[in-house]
Amino acid sequence: MNTVPTSIGYAELVAGVMMIALTAYALTGGADFGGGVWDLLAHGPRRDDQRALVSSAIAPIWEANHVWLIIVIVVLFTGFPAAFATLGIVLHMPLTLMLVGIVLRGSAFMFRSYGAGERRAQRRWGRVFAIASIITPLVLGIIVGAIASGAVGAAAARIPEHARTPLPSFTELYVAPWLAPFPIAVGAMALALFAYLAAAYLILATEDVLLREDFRRRALASAGAVFTAALVALVVAQFDAPAMSRGLTESTAALLFQGITGVSAVSAIWALWSRHYQIARMAVGAQVSLVLWGWALVQYPMLIPPTGTIGGLAAPEITLRLLLTALACGGVLLIPSLIYLFRTFSRDKA
Amino acid sequence: MPSDLLAARTQMAVSLGFHIIFAEIGVAMPLLMVLAEWRWRRTGDEVYRELAGRWARGTAILFAVGAVSGTVLSFELGLLWPGFMRFAGSIIGMPFSLEGFAFFTEAIFLGIYLYGWERIGPRAHLAAGVIVAASGAASAAFVVLVNAWMNAPVGFRTAAGGRLIDIDPIVGMQSPAAFQQALHMLLAAYAATGMAVAGVHALLLLKGRAPEFHRRALAVALIVGAPAAVLQPLSGDLSARVVAVTQPMKLAALEGQWNTERAAPLRIGGWPDADREQTRWALEIPYGLSLLAFHDPGAEVRGLKSVPRADRPPVAVVHFAFQTMVGLGSLLAAIALAAGWIAWRRRDLTRTRWLLTALAIAAPFGFIATEAGWIVTEVGRQPWIVQGLLRTSDAVTPMPGLFVPMLLFILLYAVLATVVATLISTMVRETSVMSTAPDGADASAVSQ
Repeated sequence: MNTVPTSIGYAELVAGVMMIALTAYALTGGADFGGGVWDLLAHGPRRDDQRALVSSAIAPIWEANHVWLIIVIVVLFTGFPAAFATLGIVLHMPLTLMLVGIVLRGSAFMFRSYGAGERRAQRRWGRVFAIASIITPLVLGIIVGAIASGAVGAAAARIPEHARTPLPSFTELYVAPWLAPFPIAVGAMALALFAYLAAAYLILATEDVLLREDFRRRALASAGAVFTAALVALVVAQFDAPAMSRGLTESTAALLFQGITGVSAVSAIWALWSRHYQIARMAVGAQVSLVLWGWALVQYPMLIPPTGTIGGLAAPEITLRLLLTALACGGVLLIPSLIYLFRTFSRDKA
Repeated sequence: MPSDLLAARTQMAVSLGFHIIFAEIGVAMPLLMVLAEWRWRRTGDEVYRELAGRWARGTAILFAVGAVSGTVLSFELGLLWPGFMRFAGSIIGMPFSLEGFAFFTEAIFLGIYLYGWERIGPRAHLAAGVIVAASGAASAAFVVLVNAWMNAPVGFRTAAGGRLIDIDPIVGMQSPAAFQQALHMLLAAYAATGMAVAGVHALLLLKGRAPEFHRRALAVALIVGAPAAVLQPLSGDLSARVVAVTQPMKLAALEGQWNTERAAPLRIGGWPDADREQTRWALEIPYGLSLLAFHDPGAEVRGLKSVPRADRPPVAVVHFAFQTMVGLGSLLAAIALAAGWIAWRRRDLTRTRWLLTALAIAAPFGFIATEAGWIVTEVGRQPWIVQGLLRTSDAVTPMPGLFVPMLLFILLYAVLATVVATLISTMVRETSVMSTAPDGADASAVSQ
């Protein structure tokens, strides 16, 4: 093992900003995907009202929320071009699948909203929107799981440098790293978390007591799904992502972090149970953020485990410094704009 | 079955060719919407409010498709060209980051603009539109800076093995091609979109549908499209003169110039034959190329034969695309000038049927010219992905079987293009059943 750098330099700061953007994407864009899940699973006497609520809640904001993902990608390829190249090669298939999901989710949502009158066509696009809303977060979670498991880094190390002779088989390099138990469990967990977020947000997006109860029940069910997926992920990690598994259980800091995550998870369930919806929304948001940062903490200082460190994969310092400057200036512009956007479309202004 | 390199290039070309149409519309339509809304505020004429609302409905769909297809492109840089990102990511990331923020601003305020008609004050609504228009233009300009760097890279030294060292991303944004390319792209967006919108409304005027509505629409579209169309050939001249210096083989390919010669002629039409290394059946205008490229009739123009075959771009494609772009661009400029002349003489444009006919026929010209222009700049740079530094074949992903994702994206985009075309044409047809004087507010409210 090479020495682990402990100091925080420009590279670590850029990685931190990337994590913040990823967290923002999960909390906003993730919830929009979760909305699609509840569109697909809409049922009962208020089925159409549930779908209408999802649609009106995400319509004005989903495009802005989606841009967080673009920020993550841009920071990744500017700050860590070598890491971006590695992910693009090894994870070509799931990334392509995710892109198809992103394209279909966004287009189908607009086609449904603006489609002229035709009920049949609108139902069809609604179905495409909902299915794409499930595939995309699932694959996103698989991608994160594959990176965390160390399989992506291991596969990348085996790609022949120059000759196009594929020594390891196609499956070993391009399929096995992500189509494995741990990444799939993480994918399921991502999907459950996003559905959970969406349900918790949607309760507060309506005054209708019955609709609120619908989404309260859905939120509680998703809490169960998150718990199950997390448990499965922990179990399969023992053989499929042993380093991750050790990291999660062997250090005090990680255990402490998991304890805090657990507290927020329990608080969320309590708040939903006792109908303290503002608290529930914050607690679910905290839980999602803590899961992401827990992953980052365990993996630190690796960007692409087992050997790709944040510092080792980073761009030259001048790029990192300029990038941080741009991010700071961009943040000053963006944050008030985002607050204005959410204020404009929050329920109490309707 | 195409080679992996050709499949990757095709997928990138299809993705870019698809996205660029929506990107141009996303840059220009907000300006049209803002102008219509501003006229409504100034004059109280409700037809302008109706117009802004209807344009906004179409723009909402087109912008969404532009946003998601743009996301595809940003990922494809790594999926298809990891060698390029590893080589150049740290120097070209800067304009991409700035573009990210500009695009973020655009998406935020477009949401406010589209869904906020009833939720924010009139001034705030118009201001949101202005921010969308400005950030859209900024975001397009930033992205083009990356392409300018690929055409004329600056801001680094090369070390042994071709690696870039001592990079300066700020200098990297000031490529000699930067200003000219960004200007050319922005004018293209305004010209293509403005003239296309004008063409659609001209067609509906010819059919005699809702004349009061389409008359105003035509006027606003021409105010944006016509000046851009007239300026575009001048901006093209600026661009070509940069290409002449920084990418002599691209210039040679787009002109079908095989031999290095002084007082080179301008070739119109013709067939560049790569095997015989000559361009046949072209109409040659003496001194034309030297004059245009270097503003000197005796200037020497380098020919394709001055480099090995392996370093030459595919000549016929580039030459044909260039002729298409210049031809259609010139036609658009001529139509725009004619419209300006008629308007200046204070005659009613909408009664000049031949002009309406010309506008309707020319509606797709700007978009076709844009596609041709991107073929010129991208195919004309081959075999390089970064001019003179990195070959496209060295940048492509090692993953085999690339024809599969290529087919997938061709299919996906074909379906999307069909659906979008159907939806937009339905929206356009809806305007023909409008009363001549719509009573504003309720008719024009954008969904919800």
